Amino acid sequence: MNTPSDTGLQAKLAEHAYRIRRFALQMGEVQGQGYVGQALGYADVLAVAYCHAMSFRPDDPEWQGRDRFLLSHGHYAIAFYAALIEAGIIPEDELESYGSDDSRLPMSGMATYTPGMEISGGSLGQGLPIAVGMALGLRLKGNPAFVYNSMSDGELDEGSTWEAAMGAAHHGLGNLICLVDINNQQADGPSSKVMGFEPLADKWASFGWHVQRVDGNDLPAVIAAFDTARQLAEAKPRVILFDTLMGKGVPFLEAREKNHFIRVDPPEWQQALDILDQAQGAAR
Amino acid sequence: MSTATAKKPRLTTSAMIASIASEGQRTIAAPFGKALVTLAEQRPEIVGLTADLAKYTDLHLFGQAYPERFFQMGMAEQLLMAAAGGMAKEGFMPFATTYAVFGTRRAFDFVHQVIAEENLNVKLCCALPGLTTGYGPSHQAAEDLALVRAIPGMTVIDPCDALDIEQAVPAIAAHNGPVYMRLLRGNVPLVLDEYDYKFELGKAKLLRGGNDVLLIASGIMTMRSLEVASALAADQVDVAVLHVPTIKPLDTATILAEASRSGRLVVVAENHTTVGGLGEAVATALLTAGVSPQFRQIALPDAFLDAGALPTLHDRYGISTDAMAKTIKTWLA
Repeated sequence: MNTPSDTGLQAKLAEHAYRIRRFALQMGEVQGQGYVGQALGYADVLAVAYCHAMSFRPDDPEWQGRDRFLLSHGHYAIAFYAALIEAGIIPEDELESYGSDDSRLPMSGMATYTPGMEISGGSLGQGLPIAVGMALGLRLKGNPAFVYNSMSDGELDEGSTWEAAMGAAHHGLGNLICLVDINNQQADGPSSKVMGFEPLADKWASFGWHVQRVDGNDLPAVIAAFDTARQLAEAKPRVILFDTLMGKGVPFLEAREKNHFIRVDPPEWQQALDILDQAQGAAR
Repeated sequence: MSTATAKKPRLTTSAMIASIASEGQRTIAAPFGKALVTLAEQRPEIVGLTADLAKYTDLHLFGQAYPERFFQMGMAEQLLMAAAGGMAKEGFMPFATTYAVFGTRRAFDFVHQVIAEENLNVKLCCALPGLTTGYGPSHQAAEDLALVRAIPGMTVIDPCDALDIEQAVPAIAAHNGPVYMRLLRGNVPLVLDEYDYKFELGKAKLLRGGNDVLLIASGIMTMRSLEVASALAADQVDVAVLHVPTIKPLDTATILAEASRSGRLVVVAENHTTVGGLGEAVATALLTAGVSPQFRQIALPDAFLDAGALPTLHDRYGISTDAMAKTIKTWLA
């Protein structure tokens, strides 16, 4: 049963998630494209990460005590920039530059371009092995920060993901938390057709990880999963498998034929924003 | 009489870790491991990572000296490279070791994207470079230099002997950025102490002068070139040897100054395929500067190489001292 403080936290995070969705749609409208289906689906996870779970200083993105968030799936940059804006690391007016020449917000995330972007993702399957090195480094320095590696379910196809899964367990990396967005969509179609990965929880558990699988659009569940992953005493790496719905929050995009790259027609950007605004207005 | 009863010749072997030292040559054991242990005393940020090849890259010495700074990544080279990058991001200076074939071919995108794209301070030290094992193409890194040279911002080192390695270790540590160093391990020949030589990052060094031939070489081919120079001196052929331990960035100024001297045959000798190594780098530098001496390349063929004993293979592919001397005499005839 929810306590009043839980309810307050959920309402606060729902507001953050709404704003992250909104920023992502605004960026998508700038370019007339972008991975907005994924952004809408993953916004709740990003809201909990940046507005509840992680330690960071918005005005000092390289603060040594920060929790590291690695965007392995570089094409989720549109979602991530929205979260960085909501976290106060990137100014809101910069979203108009998304994907433009010489912008700090390129279409695929790169560490050398954007404050708060820890790695250059996009060559999928690289985030988790980098996270292993960072977690080893933090532990050696005695720095208690967590390393979060955020990845897509398509990256489960990459052998390097499993090299890193073995390595993280072997080295007992209790400061490593892996977040997997399971929307079951890859470039060539549903993941189950491209390269089936189930039973996924069993796979990670057999690799020596602490595993949770939750509905990534159920805020209380997402909050609880982050809290559990951070508070676990055992010296083992933790993974949270988030089942998410692409287009979440905009019913006509939720219902649209599922593709890696959801089509959005020009007038639909504003319609989607209006739907989000109405729903959030009603919830307040 | 049956041929089966005739005495069979003793067959040569193809040991994986064949020493490149010739019979009776002076050697130093594990110069890389020893140099790293010494340097790490003053540089606490140095960490060592390997992919199940500590013993075969001499990194085990570092692991014994600094167990808390040594990280075994298992036989997983993509993890090795990415984790080394991750540790560099946290302020450490990782020395990552494996065999050259795995460090370049297997893990290329991880070296390119994780390490080089962010200019991370990782030192890749990869054993069995070029043709230094008889195990066939699975272990022969005949194209490693071509691969790493193509990566923007990568410094590429091909040391000649134990002295070169001993001096290169602190030099590459003093350089902030990714480095690929070809590693000679085990009992490594000692040659350069007989010359007025010191390793300097980015510098080519003239080891001996000569009026007939300019041999430009790196790695073990510098050792061979010095032997060729001595052998040809007996035939009144005067051979200069320019050692180029830094393949990238190339010391174009020194190379051009030497190659511009008229009347000398210029030969680039490399333990690497003809494609994309020192020979092509030197040729490009010469043509770009409008310097066009008579030019030849001694290198491995653009082919999958045979398995066999190293001396056999080095003769077969023309990079043994005898084969080189013979080839050069043909060119001079």
